[in-house]
Formats: sequence, structure tokens, C-alpha cells
Amino acid sequence: MAMKAKTKSKIEVTFIYLFFLVMFIVIGYPLVWTIAMSLNPGSNMLVTQLIPENPTLEHYKWLFTDPNSDYVTWYKNSLGVAIANALGSVVLTSFVAYAFSRYKFVGRKYGLYMFLLLQMFPVLMGMVALYILLTTVGLSDSLIGLTIIYLGGQIPFNAWLVKGYFDTIPKELDEAAKIDGAGHLRIFWTIMLPLAKPILAVVALFNFMAPFMDFLLPRIVLTSPEKYTLALGLYNFINDQFSTNFTVFAAGAILIALPIALVFLILQRYLIGGLTAGATKG
Amino acid sequence: MATNSESRFDLKQPRNIAMLLSIVPGLGQLYNRRFFKGILIFIIAASFLVTTWNYIDIGIWGLFTLGTVPREHHSIQLLIQGLISIIVLLFGISFYIYNLLDARSDAKAREVGRPKPTFLKAAGDFYDKGFPYFMVIPGLIMLLFIVVVPLAFMIGLAFTDYNQYNAPPRNLLNWVGFDNFVSLVNVDIWKDTFLSVFTWTVVWTVVATTLQIVLGLFLALLVNDKRIKFKRTIRTVLILPWAVPAFVSILIFSALFNPTFGAINRDILSQFNLMIPWLTDPFWAKIALIMIQTWLGFPFVFALFTGVLQSVPSDMYEAADVDGGSRWQKFRFITLPHVLFATAPLLIMQYAQNFNNFNIIYLFNEGNPAVRGQNAGGTDILISWVYKLTFETNNYNMAAAITIIMGIIISAFAFFQFRKTASFKEEGRY
Repeated sequence: MAMKAKTKSKIEVTFIYLFFLVMFIVIGYPLVWTIAMSLNPGSNMLVTQLIPENPTLEHYKWLFTDPNSDYVTWYKNSLGVAIANALGSVVLTSFVAYAFSRYKFVGRKYGLYMFLLLQMFPVLMGMVALYILLTTVGLSDSLIGLTIIYLGGQIPFNAWLVKGYFDTIPKELDEAAKIDGAGHLRIFWTIMLPLAKPILAVVALFNFMAPFMDFLLPRIVLTSPEKYTLALGLYNFINDQFSTNFTVFAAGAILIALPIALVFLILQRYLIGGLTAGATKG
Repeated sequence: MATNSESRFDLKQPRNIAMLLSIVPGLGQLYNRRFFKGILIFIIAASFLVTTWNYIDIGIWGLFTLGTVPREHHSIQLLIQGLISIIVLLFGISFYIYNLLDARSDAKAREVGRPKPTFLKAAGDFYDKGFPYFMVIPGLIMLLFIVVVPLAFMIGLAFTDYNQYNAPPRNLLNWVGFDNFVSLVNVDIWKDTFLSVFTWTVVWTVVATTLQIVLGLFLALLVNDKRIKFKRTIRTVLILPWAVPAFVSILIFSALFNPTFGAINRDILSQFNLMIPWLTDPFWAKIALIMIQTWLGFPFVFALFTGVLQSVPSDMYEAADVDGGSRWQKFRFITLPHVLFATAPLLIMQYAQNFNNFNIIYLFNEGNPAVRGQNAGGTDILISWVYKLTFETNNYNMAAAITIIMGIIISAFAFFQFRKTASFKEEGRY
């Protein structure tokens, strides 16, 4: 009987590992295929091979050296927007979240409802108005305009997240500081912010990565190629003549995906921790 | 009438005199002998009026009429100006109310004979009371202009006749009431398209999201099994699809599924002599989309559940073992309720996100293939249809009407999420 249970368990474990193997193939295949495509010479997709006979780095070289390639500019644009967005969002949301977590004021309760509701609405819904507003203030086709929209759009979700985290920091801490004569800003700066570092890192990271991943908003806001962000530029690579540029696209895509995936995998524990903490304790 | 008005309104009381005087902003404060504050409030109120009066006047007028002279009045700009005017006006009104209440509370303080605070003290008090507002205001203003005004604008558009043939500055727009919604259910092409897009959106949201949740949960349970080794490596690989930017993966899949050069038909299905028209047949395109979304979405759920699974108290399982509970029973009555309860708000949000998952639909196949007799593609969901109506065919009014319907559905999601989130507050947290 004991023997039987043991064999049964062994068979089970084997099946579990087999299932993981299948998952690994399903996950890995598209990624490996892309890498293979980027190493294939030429641009004719019909003759590409999964294991290229003459692997080449010509597409990578083309991205960086060819005068027709705007890739480096796009990388710079994305990086600039990403950094501004990460810093700006941390400042904006931590201010808002601090007020909502620690103070009573008129409109507090409805403000929370509003955040909860608004975080569900994609920015796309108000796209026409955003475009007109940006044009009126002269910020259409500009990276600053794009950043401002990102900054405003992220507030509901992140304020909710950070507020949830602030709520878990014991109130006794700031009350003690208040008795010691610390002002509002001092408590915020020396007590709340240092203790909330994990969630602020999550917010910064999310908002750093968003401009690299988003394609829709840049497509609506930006019109001149030298202002494109990476996602938009790459999309246009393959949008016009799909099969002719895919090998170059693959190379460009890998150069975005690799750094982002690395950062992501290194920080994933904090990401998940922050998300669950903020959402379930909010 | 005046006998028992103590509690309501007695003109002899200084607090009421001060408040009444403050109908002219600042005057009540002067009456309270708070000269500096009174003058300051008066100056602020006066400059507010002088600078915004014209703008608000035109804005409100424009909101009602949408302009009266074609080519001279631009209805869309008037609509936006109207919305902004309302916001500015609200700020003005709250300042005005603050002015009234402030005069009243200062007068009250004088009634009980509290000494007039020094200038520094008063400024300090103001800072103290106003602090949360100062913190919120930068975010609030951005939120208003970037999220609220555009949404309100869309709501407005849904009740106008703004489309390709009737567009400013050449034409004036008109308020048409619920006409757009009526044509959505009465005009054949709109009715057919709306029905088919709506049903596919529902199927898409439910099936794709549920699949990614089930797969994520299943994998999390497997990895959590005590007998499994290399947990860290397995977890890292399983999270990979989340780590790669989604737009990159979707475009790659779009190429993989390409009927002529895509690897799925060329390298895999050709072994079985199969050729599936992934991009040109609506049915297969939908199957492909659901599979891709499952691939993209399960890692998040997996990671989430992995975290929560570790917090299930082990003594509950031990108690179940003592009672001779089967593995299924343990899963059904301990693991599942615990996991779902702890993650409900995030799971609801997953559904909401897929409901609005523009990226995958548009990047995979631009909502195509085209379908005869309707003006949306075969795989278009509501949001990608709205995008097309707006940017490709300029049917702004219909796009806005559909957006409102989407908004109502999303609000239902938000309502459920709020109920779930609120329940945490009462139940305590894990």
C-alpha cells in the first residue's frame, strides 16, 4: 500500500514536471523565434530559419549606424519621458496619498470613490478632447505634452496604491513626531517617505516602464518621426510593409525587451508585494 | 418667526452679520476687524472676477448654444471652454463659501471674547488647516484637466451631431438629445455592428480573463507543491511573458500567426497538413486572440496567487488532514476561498482591463478581418471600435455614445471592486 502511494506520487510529480516543460516551450518559443529572426540575414521572411545558417548582427548594426535609422533618437525620447514620468509620478502621488491617508478634509470620501472609478477608465476614452486641449496649449506633437498626460492619467491608480500602503504605517509614529514639534512636511519627509520606499519604488518603476510599453498615446500625440518613442517607432517599422522589415523589428524589439525584462525580474518580488499590499489593504 | 430663530438665523448675532456682510468678499472680515485678511480676500475675489469673467461668460453661453454663427464660432472649442469654465467656477464658488464660513467663525471667536490672533499665528493656522488641500491641489488640477474634462467632453459629444459631414468650423453643432443612442438601436448598420461587437466584447472579457486566472491559479498550485524542486527557476520562467513588454509580444505573435510566413502555419501546423487562416477568418482570429491574451495575462495572476498561497495558515490544512479531507476538499474549502478573497479586487480589475484591452486587438490585426454589413472589424471590441470611429471615420458622436455605454459597464466593475475592497476593511487583512 505504502509502495503504491509512493509510485502514485512519483507519477504525479513527473506529470507536473511535464506540464511545466510544455509551459516552458509555449513561453519560450515566441521569444526564441524572435531572437532567431533578428539574426537571420536579409529581410525576406519566407526564407528565414529558426536556426539561421549564417547568423548575422547586421540588423542590430543597422539600427545604430544607418543614417535612415532613428532608433537611438527614439531610445533617448523614451528614456527622457520615462525618467520624468517616474520622478513626477512619485512626487504627485505621494502628496495626494499622504493627504488622503492622514488628514480629514472636505471631499476626502468622495475623492476616494472618484479615484476608484477613474482608475478603470482608459485615457483613450477622452482622446479627442485631450488632443484638442494639447493643441490649444501648443503641446501637441511634443514629448512634454505626452509626459503631462501620463502624469495625470496615473494619479487615480497610484494614489490609491500608495494611500493603501501609507495606511499600514502606524499613526503613532507621526503623532509622536508631532508632539516633538515636527511640522506636516517634516513628518511627511522624514517619516512617511522613508517608510514607504518599497511602494514608491513600485510606482517609480511602473511609470518608468509605461512609456516604453505604451504605443497608443504616442500614436495620437506625436506626429513627427524624430519625436517618436520606441514603441511607436517600432510599430511603424512593420506597419507599412510587414514582411520586409520584420527582421529589423525583431532586433529593435529585443533591445527594448531585454533591459525591461531584466529590471522586471530582479524587482518582481517588490512589484508583487507592493501590488497586493496596496490593493488588498486599500 | 423671529422668536425661536436663535438656532436658525438671528440678524443681531455678529456671526450672522459677518456672514451677511461677506456676500461682498472680505467685508465680513473687515467687520471682524481682521483688516489684512479682509483686504486680501477682497483682492483675490476681485482679481478672480476680473480675469475669468469673460472666459466663463462665453464658456457657459457656448455650453448651452454651441455657438450661433457658423465659421465664426467653433462649437468644439466652445464645448471645451464651457467645461473648463464650470471647473473654474467651482473653484470660485468654493473660495466664496470659504470666505462666508471664515467670516462666521471669526465672528464666533470674537463673541466668546477670544483675542484676535497675531498675524503669524493666523498664517500658521491657515497653513495647518489648509495643508491637506495644498497637498492634493497639484494632483487634483492635473486629474481634472487630463482625465475629468476629456471624459466630460466625451459625454457631451454623445449628445451632439458631430460627425464627418457636420464638423466645425464649417458647421455649427447642435444638441440632439438621445438621438445617437436611438440610432444605435434603430438604424440597421449600427444595430448589427453594435450587437456583434458587444457580444464579442463580453465573450472576450469573460473567456480570456477567466482562462488566464485559471491557468495562473493552476500553475501557482503546482509550483507550491512540496515535492517540486527548482521553484525559483520555474517561477522566473513562468513570469517571463509579463516581463516582456506586451506590445512587443503581441507584434511577435501577429507575425507568428501570419498565414504566409508565420511559424505557426509554416513550421508547426504544416506537419499535420493544416493551414488555418488565423488573420482572415473572424473565428480563428478570435481563437488566436484569446490564446495570446492567456499567454500574456496568466503570469500576473500566477505571481499574485503564489504570494497569497504562502499566507494560507498551515494549521488549517493540518486540521483538514485530521478530519480526513481529500485534496479536492482542501482546495475547494480552504485554498480557493482564501485566495479569491484576498485577491478579489485585483481579479475584478483584470476583467476591467481586458474589457478595455485596446492594445492586443489593435496590434494583432487592427480589429480585422472586415465583416460585410457592419462598420467594425470581426475582432473589434468596443474600445477599438470607438478608436476606429473616432480616428478613421470621424463618427465622433457615435463613438462618444458608445463610450458612455462602456463607461456605465466599467462603473459596474468599479462598484463591485469597491464592495470587495470595502469588505477588507471590516474583515481585517491577511
